[in-house]
Amino acid sequence: MTSSPAAAAPTPKAKRPLIELRDIEKYYGDYYALRKITTDIREGEFFSLLGPSGCGKTTLLRCIAGFEELSGGNLLIDGKDMEGVSANHRPTNMVFQSYAIFPHLTVEENVGFGLRREKATKEDKARRVAEALEMVGLKGYGKRAAHALSGGQRQRVALARALILKPKVLLLDEPLSALDKKMREQMQSELRKLQRQVGITFILVTHDQEEALIMSDRIAVMFDGVIAQLDSPERLYRRPVSRKVAEFIGIMNFLPATVTGTEGGQIQLEVAGLGAIAIDAEQCPGAVKTGEASVGFRPETMTVLFEGDPEPTRGKIAGGEVEEVVYFGDMSYYDVKLDGVEKPVQISMRNVVGRPVLGRGARIRIAWEAGALVLFC
Amino acid sequence: MKSKGNGFRIYAILYLGFLYAPIVLLPIFAFNNSTVISFPLVGFTTQWFQALVTDTSLLLAVRHSLIVAVSVSILATTFGVFAARATTRYKFPGKGGLMGMIMLPLVLPDIIIAVALLGAITNILGMKLSLITVIFGHTLIATPFTIAILNSAFQSLDRSLEEAAYDLGETKISTFRLIILPLVMPGIISAMLIAFTISLDEYIIAAFLSGTEATLPVYIFSQFRFPQRVPVIMALGTILVCLSIVLLTVAEYFRRRGIAKAGGKSSGGFL
Ligand SMILES: Nc1ncnc2c1ncn2[C@@H]1O[C@H](COP(=O)(O)OP(=O)(O)OP(=O)(O)O)[C@@H](O)[C@H]1O
Ligand SMILES: [Mg+2]
Repeated sequence: MTSSPAAAAPTPKAKRPLIELRDIEKYYGDYYALRKITTDIREGEFFSLLGPSGCGKTTLLRCIAGFEELSGGNLLIDGKDMEGVSANHRPTNMVFQSYAIFPHLTVEENVGFGLRREKATKEDKARRVAEALEMVGLKGYGKRAAHALSGGQRQRVALARALILKPKVLLLDEPLSALDKKMREQMQSELRKLQRQVGITFILVTHDQEEALIMSDRIAVMFDGVIAQLDSPERLYRRPVSRKVAEFIGIMNFLPATVTGTEGGQIQLEVAGLGAIAIDAEQCPGAVKTGEASVGFRPETMTVLFEGDPEPTRGKIAGGEVEEVVYFGDMSYYDVKLDGVEKPVQISMRNVVGRPVLGRGARIRIAWEAGALVLFC
Repeated sequence: MKSKGNGFRIYAILYLGFLYAPIVLLPIFAFNNSTVISFPLVGFTTQWFQALVTDTSLLLAVRHSLIVAVSVSILATTFGVFAARATTRYKFPGKGGLMGMIMLPLVLPDIIIAVALLGAITNILGMKLSLITVIFGHTLIATPFTIAILNSAFQSLDRSLEEAAYDLGETKISTFRLIILPLVMPGIISAMLIAFTISLDEYIIAAFLSGTEATLPVYIFSQFRFPQRVPVIMALGTILVCLSIVLLTVAEYFRRRGIAKAGGKSSGGFL
C-alpha cells in the first residue's frame, strides 16, 4: 500500500483512502524537496506529518492544498486526480501557521468569507457562521474586529473559517506553534475533539513529536523529503523502523549488538550488557540481517531494583552503576552504566513514597524484558 | 536635563520659524492693499482674490494643472501598484536591474529628463507638445515615488492572507479586490497624493513640454515679470497652502484609519 515497510500496520477501522499520493515529487529549482512520496490518507482520520525542520512537511501540505505544483507523480482526492485543479477548487481548506485572519474584517466576516460564493440566503449564512463560531467556542464574538483577538482566539477563528465550508480535508500547518504552552495543550485536546465531532480528515504538520503522538490516528515521520515511517502513535513509539525515527520520537537507548542467527520467527542476538537473548522477529520492524546491529529500548522499559524490592517474576536482571541521577518530582532519571557497556543508558523511574532516590556511584540491579527491545540492523 | 530639552526646543522653534515665516507672508500680502511687497502694510483688501477668480488665463492654468495632476496621480499609482505587486510577489530574471532602471528618474536631474523627453517627443515621436506630453513626463518622474511607497505597503502584507482567500474559493482577481486592495489602500492614497503634489508643483518638465498649454507653475513664473501681478500670485499661493493642508490632513486621516483597521500601530508616515 505504501513505500514504507511498516505502513501496512492494522488500524481498528480500515477506511477507504481519501487522499492518494502516488510518487509525489517536488523540485524547488535544483533542490529535491519531495522524493517520490507514495501513501494513502484515510477518510476521517487525524493524520500528522512529523519531521525536523526543512524535511518537506509544509511543501507536501501545500502540494495537497494546491498552492504548489507537483514536479512529478499524482495526487488524488476522493478518487479525482487533482492535476490542473487549483487551490480554490479543491475540497481542502487550510489553517495557516500565521492564522491569516483578514485584519480589516470582523470575526463574523472572516468566518463567513468562504460562503460569499454560495447561493444561500443571508439568514442561512448568518446561522452557519453562528454555528461555526459556537463550535470553536467563540459564541458572541462575531461583531469583534479580527485584529483585536488573542492568539488562541485567532486560531479558533481560522478553524471556524476553514471548517464552515465542510471541506473533505482540513490542512493545518503547525497551527499551535505560536501559542504558549498552556494554550497549546488546551488546543491540542480541543482540536482532537473537534476532529472527532466533525469527522473531517485532518492533516496536521508539526515538528513536535509529543503533539503528534497526542493527537494523531496515524503519523508519517518524514526526513529529507521521504516518509521514513507511517504508523499509529503507539507502533511508532514502540517499534520505530530505524534508529533515526527512534531518536526523533522520545528517547531511546541503544546498545551494540550482534545478530547471530534467525530461525522460526526468532532472532538470536548477543547484546552488550544484556548477554545472549532471543527476540521475536516482530521486534525488528526494519530489515533483518546477521552481523553488527544495535538494540534499542525506551527509558521506562527497564526498572531499577532497590534494596528489599521483591524479585521480579518476569524478565531478567542486569548489573550496573548509577552515574548520574536527576530528580524531577514525580520521576527520577538515572544515567546508568551497564556492566560491560561504555556508554551510559537512561532509565526513568516513577518516584514512589518511601523509596529512596539513589545517588551517584551506587551499585544497582536492573530488571528488563526482552519484549521491550527493538532491533536495528 | 532641563537645559538639554530647552536646546532642542529652541532648535525646533528656529527651524519651524525659518520654514514657515515665508509662507506666513503669503496671506499677509494677499490681503494687503498694495502692489508692492514690503512693510508697512497699507490696508486690508480682498481685491486680489477677486482678481484671481476673474483672471481667465490663470483659471485656465489651474485647470491644466489639475487635469495633469489628477491624471498623473492615477497613472503613476496604477503603474506603482503593478510594479510593487510584481516585485514583491514574483521572481524573474533581471529583476534587480529592472527595478534600478525604474527608480533612476528619482536621482536624475529633472532638467536632463526634460531635455531628453523634449527631444524624443518632438523629434522622434513627432508628437505635438500639449498637456498629454506633460502628463507623460510627470508620470515618469512620479512613478518611482509611488513604487517606493507601494512597495513597502505590499511588502508588509502577509502572503498567507492572499492564499487563505484563494483557498476559501475566491479567484486571484477577487482576492486582490477583497483582501489586498483594502489592506494596501492607505499606501495607494499616499501614493496618489504624492504623485498629485509632485505633478502640481513641477516646473521644469512642464515648462519644456507644455507647449502653449501652460500649467500653474509655468504660468506663475511667467507672471512674475509683471510686478502688479505679484499680489494676485500671493492670493493664489494662500489658497494653495490652505488646500495642501486640507489635502494632507485628509490623507493622513485615511492612512491612520487604514492602519487602525489593520490592527497596526502608526509609525510616522507623512505627518
Ligand atoms: N519556495 C521555495 N523555494 C525554494 N526552496 C524552498 C521553498 N520552499 C521550501 N523550500 C525548501 O524546501 C525544503 C522543505 O521546506 P518545507 O517548508 O517543506 O520544510 P518543513 O518541513 O515545513 O520545515 P519547517 O519545520 O521548518 O517548517 C527546505 O529545505 C526549504 O528550504
Ligand atoms: Mg513548515
